[in-house]
This record gives sequence, structure tokens and C-alpha cells, in this order.
Amino acid sequence: MVNGEALNMTHTDRIVAQDAPAAAGSKISAQDVNVWYGTAHAIKDVSVEIADKTVTAFIGPSGCGKSTFLRCLNRMNDTIDSAAVSGDIRIDGEDIYARDIDPVQLRAKVGMVFQKPNPFPKSIYDNVAYGPKIHGLARSKADLDEIVERSLRRAAIWDEVKDRLSAPGTGLSGGQQQRLCIARAVATAPEILLMDEPCSALDPIATSQVEELIDELRENYSVVIVTHSMQQAARVSQRTAFFHLGNLVEYADTPQIFTNPQDKRTESYITGRIG
Amino acid sequence: MESNERHIASAFDRDLEGIQSLIMQMGGLVEAAILDSAKSLVDSDEELAAKVRAADKQIDALEERVNEEAARVIALRAPIASDLRTVLSVIKISGNLERCGDYAKNLAKRTSVLVQLQLPEGSSKSIRRMAREVEAMLKDALDAYLQRDAALAETVRQRDHDVDQMYNALFREFLTHMMEDPRNITACMHLHFIAKNIERMGDHVTSIAEQVVYLVTGEIPEEGRLKGDRTSYAAPD
Repeated sequence: MVNGEALNMTHTDRIVAQDAPAAAGSKISAQDVNVWYGTAHAIKDVSVEIADKTVTAFIGPSGCGKSTFLRCLNRMNDTIDSAAVSGDIRIDGEDIYARDIDPVQLRAKVGMVFQKPNPFPKSIYDNVAYGPKIHGLARSKADLDEIVERSLRRAAIWDEVKDRLSAPGTGLSGGQQQRLCIARAVATAPEILLMDEPCSALDPIATSQVEELIDELRENYSVVIVTHSMQQAARVSQRTAFFHLGNLVEYADTPQIFTNPQDKRTESYITGRIG
Repeated sequence: MESNERHIASAFDRDLEGIQSLIMQMGGLVEAAILDSAKSLVDSDEELAAKVRAADKQIDALEERVNEEAARVIALRAPIASDLRTVLSVIKISGNLERCGDYAKNLAKRTSVLVQLQLPEGSSKSIRRMAREVEAMLKDALDAYLQRDAALAETVRQRDHDVDQMYNALFREFLTHMMEDPRNITACMHLHFIAKNIERMGDHVTSIAEQVVYLVTGEIPEEGRLKGDRTSYAAPD
């Protein structure tokens, strides 16, 4: 495909593989994904199967495309005008770029947590209750209360905030804010959680708490985490994908990547060599 | 898959090179200990035997330093992939070298007893031949380590079979001498322990060669080599 064609493409013009079935055990199935930002080719023919109830880490140097690829998985790139996505991305076998898919509904199913904790300037309660409310997931106030409590418990922050649910979310510490954002993400009962460097603004204690949480979330969700910390990828993930210059270079079980990577570029990057 | 590139943090390279140079120092001392202890036996040279025994302290001290440095690198640099394999391999190799040093020291100790005894004709030369073979294997294993040469390490692994064969032959020979004349028993028991210890050194050198294969390929080699020590099954004819 030449860039000229790509420039004119929108996300709905992408190549659709003919009814590709989801691979067994995989939650997300991506085939031949390409992303352009204007003329910049950010993701090059990436195909990957992401397993359910597993933490998958995306690692790679800045600008390698890992965050871009992550944002394809809940169509966050739709919000960037110059971005063009081609290829086939399916969740449970369903094409998420199909015309009848509502991106807002998709993002309730595929939650996202960002690098910098970004609670709404609202109370702790409202931060968590917002998603379930707009998606109509609660029939009553009691229902909503239950969802809020369950989400805050799931994000391992309930005990710290249960007595001040009406206090502003922005008044919490950085680590608490990030766990609040995780509670907000799980409140809409997603099946997949995308995390873009969720611990980079946190101290080591808060990082440990979030990592512990990620490990617990794995029981219910497929978690995909982008991280610059190699040690974090090694600690929390079961599968690791290494991106370099827009290519998916190596994708394997995490212990394999960190003891005996098969590609020289992976080795150079994870051992801190110029590569 | 191993990278020859330098780390961005150059202190990390210096740390790893530092530990590996300690291994090379240890290796040099152990090679000398093997040759000198065998020479002291052949030449009935008690002075040389005493020197070998004294030099073992240096080998032990180096092993300790290797372990301390390895622990420091693990704690401070969290090595992964080939860096991790390098650190793991130096810990194991230093242990193997230290054991070889102990066996050489033990040979030197027995020399001071054996100088006072009548030895069966040619036995000390056979011992020295075996010791030289093990020393040559060790030299190649250490070269393979320095050059990250898995093929050379594999040949070292296979050569352990020859050492085992030499040991088998000596075992039979000593049994025969002892049966011929009970006055040979003291000397032959000592000589047998020496031969057994050299055979064990061969096993440690084989283990070093296996670490080289692991370091280079990331996989411990399969048990696909000839095993030659059958003396465990030896019975009176």
C-alpha cells in the first residue's frame, strides 16, 4: 500500500479480512494493522493475538508505536483527525471498526487508564458513578451505590475513601487518584482494560499497589499495559510484545523475553544497549 | 541471542567485565594448580606440593569476590537476558573452579605422603597424563567462555569421555597392583583417590562448558554426551 492511498483513508475504509474467526483463547485478534499519522507510518503490519484473563505488556522505545497500537484497541485514534487505521481488529470475533459499532459503547467494554491520573473535578463517588450512569447500568440509587462500592473495592481503594466519598477526587494522593481512575474504568463492567504507563507518575509504594491490583484484575479482565519500565513488564505481565519503529519485533511469554529473547533488537533494548 | 553492543550505562559494562576478569584470574590459578600438583607427584617435589596447597587460598578468596560482585550487580543493575545469563554463569563457573582447586590441593597433600612410598611403575605418569588432559579441557572451556564459542564448549563436553576412560583404566590397574602385593595398598589407595579426584575435575570442567553453551544460546545442553565412568559397577572378576 502506498502512502497516497493511506492519506485518503478513514478508519471505516480499512481492509476487512473475510469473517476471520477469533483464535481460540484470544480476546483480541489484530491482523495486518497499519496506522498513519498524516504521512508518518506509525504502525506497520502488526498482527497479534491477545489472550483473555492475561496481562499483556507492550514495551519499546519512545515513538515505537506501542501507545498508538494500544489506542487502536478502543478506537481512541478516531479522535485524532490525521490518524488513519487499516487492518482488522476483533474483540471476541467482532470487528470493532465495523460501521454499526458505537465507539462510546466500545469504550465502556474496553476501559482505559492513562499515564497521568485524571479524575474528573467531581466527588470520589461521582467519578466512579459517571460511567454507569451515562451507560444506564444502574436502575436505582441503591444499584449505583453498589456499583461504586464494588468498583472502589476492586481497585483496592475502598478502605481509604469510604468515609469521604463526597470529597473531591482531585484531593487524593497521586497513587490514590490512579486507583480511583482504575475504579472508574472498571465501573462500566469492561472486559478489557488498557493501561498506558499507569505508574509512571507514581512513587514506588503506589506503583506496587497498582501492580498488585493489575495482578488481581487479571482474574476478570484481559489487561494490556504499555510501560517504559522493563522491570514492571517483567513483574506484572504473562505475555510481552516488543515494538520497534512501528514493527512488532517479538511477542512471547514474558519469562522467555526476559531470559532469552530471540531477536537481537529485543535483547539490545531490554538490556539497555544502544540498538 | 547475545548482543556485542555496549550498554548505554557504561558502568554496567565495567561491572560485568570486572567479574569476568576475576573468573579468568581464577581459571589461570586453577590451571596452574592442576599442572603443578601433578608435577609435584611425578617429581616427588614436596616444595611444589606445599606451594599448590598454599595457593588454594587465593582461589577461594577469588570465588568469594565473584559471588559478592555478582550479588552487587543483581541488586543494583537487575540484569536480564544475556546479562542475567552472564551473572548466573559466573556464579556457577566460580563454584566449579573452586572445587577443581580443592581437588588439586588434595592431590598435593597426598603427594607429601606418596613421596615416602614405593609407587607402581608408571602410575604417577599416568596420573599426570590425565591431569594434563583435564587442564587442556579447562583451558579450552575458558577460551570458549571468553569468546562465547558454544561449538568449542561442546567439544570440551565430549572430551570428558576420554578422561573417564583414563580413570577406568587406572582403576583396573590399581586393583591389579593391590591384588598382586598387599604392600601396594597404601600407595594405590592414595593414587586411586587422586585419579578419582581428577575425574571429578573433568566433570566440573564439563559443567563450565555447559555454562558457556547456556550463556551463548540460552539453553542448557541436552544430556547427549558419552558417559565413561563405569567403575561404580566394578566387581571382583
